[in-house]
Amino acid sequence: MRYKFLTAVFAATVALNFAGPAAATDLEVTHWWTSGGEAAAVAELAKAFDATGNHWVDGAIAGSGGTARPIMISRITGGDPMGATQFNHGRQAEELVQAGLMRDLTDVATKGKWTEVVRPKSLLDSCTIGGKIYCVPVNIHSWQWLWLSNAAFEKAGVPVPKNWNEYVAAAPALEKAGIVPLAVGGQAWQASGAFDVLLAAVGGTDTFLKVYKDKDAKFAAGPEVAKVFKAADDARKMAKNTNVQDWNQATNMVITGKAGGQIMGDWAQGEFQVAGKTAGKDYTCLPGLGLNEVIATGGDAFYFPLLKDADKAKAQEVLAETLLDPKTQVAFNLKKGSLPVRGDVDLNAANDCMKKGLAILAKGAVIPWTDQLLSQDSQKQKEDLFSEFFAKPDMSLEDAQKRFADIIASAD
Amino acid sequence: MSKSERPSQLFRNLNAKVASIPMILTAMVVFVGGTAWTVLYSFTNSKLLPRLNFVGLEQYYRLWATPRWLISIENLLIYGVISLVFSLVIGFLLAALLDQKIRFEDTFRTIFLYPFALSFIVTGLVWQWLLNPDFGVQGVVRSLGWTSFDFNPLYNSSIVIYGISIAALWQGTGLIMCLMLAGLRGIDEDIWKAARVDGIPMWKTYLFIIIPMMRPVFITTLVIIASGIVKVYDLVVAQTSGGPGIASEVPAKYVYDYMFFAQNLGQGFAASTMMLLSVMIVIVPWAYLEFGGRKRV
Repeated sequence: MRYKFLTAVFAATVALNFAGPAAATDLEVTHWWTSGGEAAAVAELAKAFDATGNHWVDGAIAGSGGTARPIMISRITGGDPMGATQFNHGRQAEELVQAGLMRDLTDVATKGKWTEVVRPKSLLDSCTIGGKIYCVPVNIHSWQWLWLSNAAFEKAGVPVPKNWNEYVAAAPALEKAGIVPLAVGGQAWQASGAFDVLLAAVGGTDTFLKVYKDKDAKFAAGPEVAKVFKAADDARKMAKNTNVQDWNQATNMVITGKAGGQIMGDWAQGEFQVAGKTAGKDYTCLPGLGLNEVIATGGDAFYFPLLKDADKAKAQEVLAETLLDPKTQVAFNLKKGSLPVRGDVDLNAANDCMKKGLAILAKGAVIPWTDQLLSQDSQKQKEDLFSEFFAKPDMSLEDAQKRFADIIASAD
Repeated sequence: MSKSERPSQLFRNLNAKVASIPMILTAMVVFVGGTAWTVLYSFTNSKLLPRLNFVGLEQYYRLWATPRWLISIENLLIYGVISLVFSLVIGFLLAALLDQKIRFEDTFRTIFLYPFALSFIVTGLVWQWLLNPDFGVQGVVRSLGWTSFDFNPLYNSSIVIYGISIAALWQGTGLIMCLMLAGLRGIDEDIWKAARVDGIPMWKTYLFIIIPMMRPVFITTLVIIASGIVKVYDLVVAQTSGGPGIASEVPAKYVYDYMFFAQNLGQGFAASTMMLLSVMIVIVPWAYLEFGGRKRV
């Protein structure tokens, strides 16, 4: 009797196992979204994908893109590809695509009419190599933001600045109040990103494009760019007492009012949200540093390595569709603090800062970002230069600019 | 004599030869083959994936024009001299002191050797906290009342490499001490007695009799220390990750960063070839003197 009962239970569980998730396929997705706000956002993607009957296996790699990308690339080139992986769209995965290791998504894209829904168009262009589409852009991340702590300025007794110049002028007052005027973390990409933002804001859109798109070394050594280096020197002085490494630690200094502000991409907004801060009341955001309101169309995209397993390949298609689904786009981007890649979604829930970003996007004031314009090699050289520049107060502006021009001259 | 009485050299000790085939293959394919492959591709413009597209010495020109590489080399030299001199001197002194037939020798030996049981990553993290201006040595001394006390090597570009060397010495001298102690114990007791009979002071005995007799031990130690110097990487990553700025970069880190972060294999291979070359410059003359000379005698 007892025996029979057990067998029955056993049989039932087995049957359930088979009946339940018959179509479920595990798909490992690697990404480097590990800070509080980022993890909340990626959970939205996982939820949406699980709802299609498949299973999202989270492969988060801590330590920012610089650490994560080599691991992802060596897994793909080493013959152990994951189901899908994050990259910044642009040139990071260019060679993997050329080597035929990535999956062509053109069919899925035609079916989903991506060319019509994705906006701005340059996003999809970055995913296109040789007329074929290889990645799904999921968000627009722009670097051009200055995040200011209202509490810090109140404590220092100065009004919250409206642009970079006012901010520089307010720095001595902040310092007197024991506040670090500008938080720049020790990781190399933060210093180099801050400079690129200054280049687009202080120098203007044309200057930015002439340097990074046309790679005009003579221009990069000229007086227009010298002005930008002057601003970078201000930033260097304002940032000299930041003793943190990670960007979110630096953002946390702004959140807690220990620092006056931070030049950081809109991913910082997720941190403000997790900390329960309100845009406009607790913190202020200035796109383009308040000088040149543009948005760079960098961002994140998912690439799909070529897999042999037919089930997994099918799941890849489902994931690609899910990522661009209007509902997923809204849920994900609200948590992430980034802008959606579709123009036709409803973002009423967006906060002040995101609305500012959307307005700029609607105006069409967009520029391509360095991820799209420069190779990783040139980016790394730039990072080395600016991390040295920010850490070494006695490095002269002329020296730095000369080396910068050299990098531009050899850039590809 | 017939041939069967004297087997061919090739088949002598056959078992041992068969057993060493895997190691010979590993050495040939992995070490020699891998090295040759790396050197070959350092003359190409390989980016993310290796490609045989030769560009001559371009990668090397670029390498030697890169400030970060030059700083790395300079740091390696400073770090090398410091760890060579100090680990030999401190290691020998500790060994000589332990050799005075003191009480609790085992205990002291264990204490001195213990840091060696830690990896460089752990050592680096421990010393990162010890040298942190707010929580480490500086913070403690300041809280005792010396508020102007300044000891902040890791956040000061000009002395950061010394901060890293401190951690390396703390970790490494214990092993050197043990090697030296073994060498000292190998010296015949009678030599000490003879020196004492002749009335030679102790320091002179050490300097002119014992140390020359310990030559093989010193050479072993030297090789161990030198190989540790060239490959230093994890200690820097754990302690400063090359910062502040690029002030504490080392060559091994340059190789890794350019191969994987910058997706420029050619540049990384060129840098690693230079590292190999620098090791050869040290090793080859030494090996020649050590092994080549003796055969002629």
